Amino acid sequence: MESRILDLFKDRLIELGPYVSTEPGAGPWKNFRLAKDADGVAWLLFDREGASANTLSAEVIEELDAVLAAIESDRPQALVIRSAKPSGFIAGADVNAFRGASDPRQVETEIGRAHRVVDRLENLGMPTIAVVHGFCLGGGFEIALACKYRIAIDNARFGFPEVMLGLHPGLGGTVRFTRLINPMEAMTLMLTGRTIDARRAKSLGAVDAVTQERHVRNAIKDAVSGKLKRATPAAMSTILSAGPVRSFLATRMRKEAAKSAPIAHYPAPYALIDLWEKHGDDRNAMMSAEQVSFARLMVTPTAQNLIRVFFLREQMKKLAGDDGTIKHVHVIGAGAMGGDIAAWCARQGLHATLADMKAEPIAGAIQRAAELYGKIMRKRIEQRDALDRLMPDMDGEGVRNADLVIEAVPEKLELKQKVYAGVEPRMKPGAILATNTSSIPLQDLRTSLKHPERLVGIHFFNPVSRMQLVEVVSHDGSDSQVLAATRAFVGQIDRLPLPVKSAPGFLVNRALTPYMLEAMVMLDEKVPKETIDEAAEKFGMPMGPIELADTVGLDICLAVGDSLRAKLGDALPPAPDWLRQKVEAGELGRKTGKGFYVWKDGKAQKSKPGGDALLGNATQAKLPPQDEIADRLILPMVNVCVACLREGIVDNADLVDGAMIFGTGFAPFRGGPLNYARTRGVADVVAVLANFSQKYGERFAPDVGWDSFRQDSAAK
Amino acid sequence: MARSVFIIGGSRTPFLKARSGPGPFTPVDLAVQCGRPLLARQPFAADAFDQVMLGCVNVIADEMNPARVAALRLGMGERMVAFTEQVNCGSGMQSIDTAFRYIREGRCDLILAGGTEALSYAPLVWSQQGVRWFAGLATAKGMPGKIAAALKLRPADLKPVIGLERGLTDPVVEMNMGQTAEMVAYLFGITREECDAYAVESHRRLANAQHEGFLKGEVETAFARNGKFYDYDDGVRPDSSIDKLAQLKPAFERPWGKVTPGNSSQITDGASWVIVASEDAVRRHNLTPKAEILDSSWSALDPSIMGLGPVLAVTELMKRNNMRLDDIELLELNEAFAAQVLGCLAAWQNEKFCRQILGLDGPAGAFDRSRLNVDGGAIALGHPVGASGNRITLHLVNAMKRLGKKRGIATQCVGGGLGGALLLEAV
Repeated sequence: MESRILDLFKDRLIELGPYVSTEPGAGPWKNFRLAKDADGVAWLLFDREGASANTLSAEVIEELDAVLAAIESDRPQALVIRSAKPSGFIAGADVNAFRGASDPRQVETEIGRAHRVVDRLENLGMPTIAVVHGFCLGGGFEIALACKYRIAIDNARFGFPEVMLGLHPGLGGTVRFTRLINPMEAMTLMLTGRTIDARRAKSLGAVDAVTQERHVRNAIKDAVSGKLKRATPAAMSTILSAGPVRSFLATRMRKEAAKSAPIAHYPAPYALIDLWEKHGDDRNAMMSAEQVSFARLMVTPTAQNLIRVFFLREQMKKLAGDDGTIKHVHVIGAGAMGGDIAAWCARQGLHATLADMKAEPIAGAIQRAAELYGKIMRKRIEQRDALDRLMPDMDGEGVRNADLVIEAVPEKLELKQKVYAGVEPRMKPGAILATNTSSIPLQDLRTSLKHPERLVGIHFFNPVSRMQLVEVVSHDGSDSQVLAATRAFVGQIDRLPLPVKSAPGFLVNRALTPYMLEAMVMLDEKVPKETIDEAAEKFGMPMGPIELADTVGLDICLAVGDSLRAKLGDALPPAPDWLRQKVEAGELGRKTGKGFYVWKDGKAQKSKPGGDALLGNATQAKLPPQDEIADRLILPMVNVCVACLREGIVDNADLVDGAMIFGTGFAPFRGGPLNYARTRGVADVVAVLANFSQKYGERFAPDVGWDSFRQDSAAK
Repeated sequence: MARSVFIIGGSRTPFLKARSGPGPFTPVDLAVQCGRPLLARQPFAADAFDQVMLGCVNVIADEMNPARVAALRLGMGERMVAFTEQVNCGSGMQSIDTAFRYIREGRCDLILAGGTEALSYAPLVWSQQGVRWFAGLATAKGMPGKIAAALKLRPADLKPVIGLERGLTDPVVEMNMGQTAEMVAYLFGITREECDAYAVESHRRLANAQHEGFLKGEVETAFARNGKFYDYDDGVRPDSSIDKLAQLKPAFERPWGKVTPGNSSQITDGASWVIVASEDAVRRHNLTPKAEILDSSWSALDPSIMGLGPVLAVTELMKRNNMRLDDIELLELNEAFAAQVLGCLAAWQNEKFCRQILGLDGPAGAFDRSRLNVDGGAIALGHPVGASGNRITLHLVNAMKRLGKKRGIATQCVGGGLGGALLLEAV
């Protein structure tokens, strides 16, 4: 809600002690300011120059060292550390510094230097108090852990996301955190990368108090005088940290980690578990081992690729920008996609009207929205407000006031054009008209429009609430401002935009279709479905192609496959006849409870690969090796990516990689399909494709774009 | 000269029969459900209103001042002044009357006036004895004191009081609303058969209106979190018949009473809004008014015969505006009970009553039933007390437009011994 009066007092919304406002003032340092309040308490304000969030870089750490030296000689009553950024305390390390690291010794030297600065903070001879609002992640959390007190504002969130980058905490966090709170809880947080809110942090003992800005001064006074009770480690902690218990727990953690992150691809969780198991009872040993382990992880391909993924995300965020101005979205068609798009927009704070001629689909969409909000929004009042913003609109009144109209009706050209004819004259000037089509070219859709230049494709993926990628589709008559505004809208709703040209299947569907269709060809060759899925998952795909086809819906796979084959011809294997029969028989996959797999409670019932009783030993012996299965599934996908790049459907190789990771979950630790091809060697990939094309058919023929891709990659 | 005041339009939720336990919507949920589409179709922004006024009798603890909660949830902005009005069954009409007066006086130009009620949310409350026991326990000192206080509990103290039952009982004359209708029936010789016949006709008229689509643009489909939607007044019984109704037992005064569940209004949840505007607002936003509010009137009488309230309020309006019964082209008279509606009509034909109570020269006359509650009333679609007065006003506006009528009155009896009436003219 708007609040004019609180806006007037916005400088008061963060308690800054002796400072008048968050405006940078003069001082000896670039990223820090230091001042004493009337009680002789020094307030250190962290305000990283030229950034909207605080992050830790070598330069910042070096400056902090100088600040600490000044504090040591000045000897204030106490030291308060807090951030001047509204976004939060410290968002973590400046990941730029990790990019391209290849020499573990160099990393070790640098992290050792930083360790000494954090130790210096920990050893200051006065009460040190971290006052934390907003995000307190990774290295930021580690700085807070080096303080004697942590006072959290109730909007604070804590976590160690290092594992997402293939790392573990490296500024003493593995040591301090496992000693501060129940080590099992500490390890779980570091292993999963999950964040927790202030209340949970308090109940774990990670912070000493949770309060509001209006009480920060008094909370600090109590901390300085010793009246504030410090969180004490749970009684269980000592037992859990005992040697034999640690070994037992470590074994269990490894088992749990193996479920989602196999050691071959994701070494970091195992390194972290080793670290604790070996040194959990020896502080100093663990401190030095942490640095060695951190440096070793940093140079692994996994970490470097995950860091690459981090920057791909940043790059796509930049494409969105942060000046989105869409306030009201009108979605036409309350089917699975339309309903979920509207629900997601409302959840992200936009006003969303959801139009349909019938009440049933709208009611279903409201139900799904309520269930989604119940899962992802903690407060009932927030859920209620989101539902209030999601307005059923059976009369289509929302069109008149919407800044963006998204059409999500069934994939029929005439139907869509009929919708546009009704909508276009009622839209306000400057509003954007978007289609969620996945198969009809925008060039065909625009023919009936008065203003074809404001038609844009916004292609969401299912489920909308989990798939981060949104394809923003342009045609040759698109208005560049409309495209920019659309990308900004995608950013507004916390998704990542991929600009693509209107071409069959755009990028993601075109790349995924051979992945699934090739699997069906293999089924015809009597390769068991579990074996196919396992090969893909071993490669690092989040879901094998057979299970994916079941999840997407076999009817949809068939329709997309047919429409793509009609346009792209032999680049795709034909859909087998039995697939058509399956679809006609209503075996559509997960949504009907049976497709290739039988589905129970949203899970595919798989038998153990190779253990299928129907398969004799003879059949098993004839199975192609797992690597070849994986290559047959993955390389056509990579081949399509090269084709899309050559055809100019996507602007550059990084965007292709980002899109495939955020749109399909393509093995993130491989850094994307094109990065994978580069790492594996373009020559090798092309040779295997050529070989397959002899062996299995023309569809594997290497795209003509590989040559220029090789040259561009070499130039990098 | 007084400023003209117009009704621009309005909308309401379907009226939903209270079944077991709280229904899908709280009072404010209901107000939001029908308020959102109404605001969405206006040519002005939601924060263009000057004020929000909402009638509500049974406010739930989570929604104090439901008018303000609804205004904020409807996105009308932090600066929207909003208050809730409670005059029992008159609340939803009182909000329109207040809006009328604020605008006529020149203090406001555009007001959202509504009524909402979720009778299915009526609470179970502790008896006074139960509360006293609990308070004694809470304030007792020391363990022996606590035990002594605890032992004072009698099983009857824990028996909850059904809030709705208390709410429908007049606190001054200790009569249930149904009993006041029995009283009116007795005074004017209304028979059980007449009551049942009236009820059947109410259902028939509502069913017809639903079938013919007369309620389109008035009733907004409501969508619940559980995936259900509600698009019609679900208390309607198109197959209702005099024979069926004759089998029902009296609800309040057995065995000889005439008022049964079949010829009384139903317990329901529902909300209704109308937009009230000055001439300036009409011009500024280029609105098309549907009706002008010409006058309003409130009267009071003995609570034990509260059902006659409309006779007093309407007669007052007629006198002030030089009208006779025949000049009322359409009359919406809220159907709290068939006996009470028929009692009102009978009173206008009663010479003694008209002369001595209404101060007329003789009987006002027989009111033509074809102009009374043309599309049925609360017996068929229910009576969410705080919303009903708003609904009948909104429906009167729409019915006048549909039937090409010029003058109409919406009126209702109010528990506690009041009657309220609004005189409208179609624009």
